[in-house]
Amino acid sequence: MSLSGLEIKTLATGLALAMVGIALFLTFIRLVRGPTLPDRVVALDLMGVLTVGMIAAYEIAMEQPVLLDTATVLALVGFLGTVAFARYLERRGRDA
Amino acid sequence: MTSLILRTATRFLLPLLVLFSLFLLVRGHHEPGGGFSGGLVAAAAFVLYGLAFGIAEVRKALPLDPRTLIGSGLLIAVTSTTFSLFAGQPLMTSLWWKVAIPGFGDLDLGTPLLFDLGVYLAVAGVTLLIILPLAEE
Repeated sequence: MSLSGLEIKTLATGLALAMVGIALFLTFIRLVRGPTLPDRVVALDLMGVLTVGMIAAYEIAMEQPVLLDTATVLALVGFLGTVAFARYLERRGRDA
Repeated sequence: MTSLILRTATRFLLPLLVLFSLFLLVRGHHEPGGGFSGGLVAAAAFVLYGLAFGIAEVRKALPLDPRTLIGSGLLIAVTSTTFSLFAGQPLMTSLWWKVAIPGFGDLDLGTPLLFDLGVYLAVAGVTLLIILPLAEE
């Protein structure tokens, strides 16, 4: 059995999207349950990174190179919120 | 308060953010992007600089006061819409010049780019005007 290039691409992107989707769901559980605020901040940051991965996989599946710029902006700006959260946590102490 | 890792990362990321904001600005009239998103990314670059080095450093690094940025941005945007009047066309009509660059192709220059530049300055100014006092508290 041999797969054509198109089939491999569909399979790979579908698999990648499903895996990122599951990861997003698990991260979301941590975001909701996270016992302390730092847990939630890390979960939020991870969600941003996973979204970048999801956009990239979707870009390959749909062949829309424009979407890559969205991923670039998200990757560049996404961690800014985490840094701001970290500063806020530092100021108010580690206790949740 | 200031972390060495963040300051070192900022030195690498700041030029990248500013370059990307300009990239979004200049290609905005043919593909996604434009003055608004470019201005937001530029403001994000300055906010990152402020988080790493302190807001006072941002005020020193900014060439103009955010209020001046808003005013000049609006002035540029409004002025760019009136050029078409002199060409005998309705207000806000886009005017284009094709500039041929050897070995590269045609470069589209026009009043929309000027309008985008005004939006870019205004959006960056507004965002900084809102965020800088919040971060200074």
